[in-house]
Amino acid sequence: MPDLIDFSMVDWSRAQFALTAMYHWVFVPLTLGLIIIIAFMETLYVRTGDPQWKKITQFWMKIFIVNFVIGVATGIILEFEFGTNWSAYSWFVGDIFGAPLAIEGILAFFLESTFIVLMFFGWNKLRPRVHLFSTWMVALGSNLSALWILIANAWMQYPTGMHFNPDTARNEMLNFREVFLSPVAVNKFLHTVSSSYILASVFVIGVSAWYLLKKRHSLLAKRSILIAASFGLVFSVFTIFTGDGSARQMAMKQPMKFAAMEGLYQGKSEAPLMAIGIVPATREKYEIRETKKYTYQLEIPKLLSLMTFRDVHAFVPGINDIMNGNPDHGIVAMSEKIRMGRAAIDALKDYKEVRKNHDDLRAQATLSLFEDNYKYYGYGYFEHNPQKVIPSVPVSFYSFRIMVILGIYFLFFFIVILIRAVRNRLERSRFWLRLALVTIPLVYITSQVGWLLSEVGRQPWIVQDLMPTMAAVSHVNAQSVVVTFWLFAALFTLLLIAEITIILRQIKSGPKDGGI
Amino acid sequence: MFEHLPYLALQQYWWIIISLLAACLVFLMFVQGGQTLIPTLGKTDIERKMIVNALGRKWEFTFTTLVTFGGAFFASFPLFYSTSFGGAFWVWMIVLFSFIVQAVAYEYRSKPGNFLGQRTYDTFLIINGAIGTILIGTAVGTFFTGAAFYHDAFNVTRWATPWHGLEAALNVENLALGLTIFFLARTLALLYFLNSIEDENIFLRAKRHLWFNAIPFVVLFLFFVIRLMFLKGFAYDPSTMIVSQEPFKYFNNFMAMPAVTIFFLAGVILALTGIILSLFRHSTKGIWFAGPGTVLVVLSLFLVAGFNNTCYYPSSVDPQSSLNIMNSSSSKYTLTVMSYVSLLVPFVLVYIFWAWGSINKKKIDETEMKEETNSY
Repeated sequence: MPDLIDFSMVDWSRAQFALTAMYHWVFVPLTLGLIIIIAFMETLYVRTGDPQWKKITQFWMKIFIVNFVIGVATGIILEFEFGTNWSAYSWFVGDIFGAPLAIEGILAFFLESTFIVLMFFGWNKLRPRVHLFSTWMVALGSNLSALWILIANAWMQYPTGMHFNPDTARNEMLNFREVFLSPVAVNKFLHTVSSSYILASVFVIGVSAWYLLKKRHSLLAKRSILIAASFGLVFSVFTIFTGDGSARQMAMKQPMKFAAMEGLYQGKSEAPLMAIGIVPATREKYEIRETKKYTYQLEIPKLLSLMTFRDVHAFVPGINDIMNGNPDHGIVAMSEKIRMGRAAIDALKDYKEVRKNHDDLRAQATLSLFEDNYKYYGYGYFEHNPQKVIPSVPVSFYSFRIMVILGIYFLFFFIVILIRAVRNRLERSRFWLRLALVTIPLVYITSQVGWLLSEVGRQPWIVQDLMPTMAAVSHVNAQSVVVTFWLFAALFTLLLIAEITIILRQIKSGPKDGGI
Repeated sequence: MFEHLPYLALQQYWWIIISLLAACLVFLMFVQGGQTLIPTLGKTDIERKMIVNALGRKWEFTFTTLVTFGGAFFASFPLFYSTSFGGAFWVWMIVLFSFIVQAVAYEYRSKPGNFLGQRTYDTFLIINGAIGTILIGTAVGTFFTGAAFYHDAFNVTRWATPWHGLEAALNVENLALGLTIFFLARTLALLYFLNSIEDENIFLRAKRHLWFNAIPFVVLFLFFVIRLMFLKGFAYDPSTMIVSQEPFKYFNNFMAMPAVTIFFLAGVILALTGIILSLFRHSTKGIWFAGPGTVLVVLSLFLVAGFNNTCYYPSSVDPQSSLNIMNSSSSKYTLTVMSYVSLLVPFVLVYIFWAWGSINKKKIDETEMKEETNSY
């Protein structure tokens, strides 16, 4: 219960998870996208028999492996941190959440780890077609693992297909299909992997551009750019669609996160879309923001309503509507949700008590009280500080805009690069080649802020509406988490430096035996 | 098909799967054992390279099995996951730490520009080899000796010591099991090297070191098993779920489940055959006996820990909080869904064996190390 929560433990556990996840996500998107690009290149080699394609494939594969293993290293921690740092969570929803993790291991990780050995060591041992098959299996395995973990993440944002069992004090799965095919999960998976393909394409184009600037390996560079730019362009368009889908899901399922992302305090019909703006700097209670104006704001009339609900007249609720309630639009006030959440928490306690005394009649009564209010169970933790249900507006607002603006930039970037590649004009202008190099860090930033929006924006919930993050932690002293946090931070940083220096060295030395 | 099974049958089915995964994991930890032997067996760069590459083609399987073991335990017995990982925090964190450094060590050790230097990465491999085996073994010891946790009415875990799991190393049986696994992993690694590396020097050294590892292993293993037979276990009454101590619980379990006893004895005989063949004959096939033997022994020990109304994770501070396969499992629905997923495991095994076969057609030798550009 709230009074027993060790908040420094909560903060450090969040920091530790964020640290691991963000490091993990430095490596994983490149793995997910690069392996598909590599598999395409190898397919071209097997189909044409052109040895140059083999060299190109092997060059990118060398970089892939270095990046892949560090993704594996950071990934194992994430899985076990659910147990070590979020023990209460692991029990509360383990009946649902454990399944995708197990399936990920059985279906995806074995596929990846078996075939990566063949892919890496098999060039001289396997027939070309068998080797190609192995490469595609690694691509399938890594993308499948993304599927399962993203289903798990989507379920936290939109818990579905389950019910609460008061006797075991946990949520239990009722419908696997609802968990697996929830619209949030489908959108999340498609958006995340397609954005990873963009990242990998930009990486390949950037490295190739460097070769062209240095006037080295121009065949490798041009062929790689042609493939990566086509691949990137297709998935840029796709990512914009899936992003739109994700935002609309968010508007329906996580209206507070959506309002924070849009910086929308006062809900409106015919709501405009704020393309850019600066969030007022007050850190005080949310009501004060009502009157505050965004500076430098650029609005597009009615667009937010249109994009979100496909209707220019639709009402988009703002933070104030969600906090104070808005009966005209059927929005329940926060105070009411908190009251119901508190009632559910108390009813569950009472239920446990009367069950101990075998008082079946009262047990039935408390149970129905509990069930009536369970929908808002998690809100019961915010009795004394209701404004804590609002996530950080600046983080959500800015990270969303950075992501979208850069996402649109990548689309144009791919178009220009592709046109220049097709016309064989890549080497004519150093500007575009330099721009391609600069785009590499930009795509990593975009990828990170996407997750920042997703995970900071959904706070204070670890399971939307049902479990606040603060109630999910293990009963370990905060010092233990602090020590392991710094240990991991130091180790990950050292390994990141090692990874970057190895990859830079590999790029510098170019493909095996030079040439191309 | 699975939906028609009773809840208890599903719980038992999943305990068997968890036991099998644990058994495969212990066998595959020959990779960890081998990592601790790199400097002992490899005296020149090329010798070390052969050893690292022999292990490097297998490390991912051990790693993946560990991750899958964690995931499957979470999905089927989530209360164990939340209790052990959230409670024995330090043990698991140190184990994890050792696996992070392992994952990069193979790939980075011989790459130019690797920042930390080859010696550091080789040290990472030794750290993982020693800590991974000893701590996992010690942690598994608590399946028999108990751990210091208790639950409230909402099944929230609390740990009774500030050491968060490290106190397990003070228990004789736990420590004995930890060291047993350590020497077992090294023994299996030596048998694996005999079988997979074509090099006279490594062969002779591996044979000699087999004595120094197989004997401590056998002694420690016997010590653990004898202590186990005399240990008081925690039994539960399936109708009331009340937990009580029972003298000679694990001995009684062996007697009550003859099939498990046969597995256990067959496993011991196979493992000893593998060791003896390699020690006294010029055989390189020891791993083919000792490997399956290890799987059978670990499997039967896990079955003895969890079947016959035994608490597989006893609480030493509040026996009624002890975990058994009935009170810690997932719901019937989740177990059913996961059981369907488990039907895919044979396919996974088939492609793993096919892959191993196609890459290991011939032993690793010096020529291959010099010619192959993709090596660690």
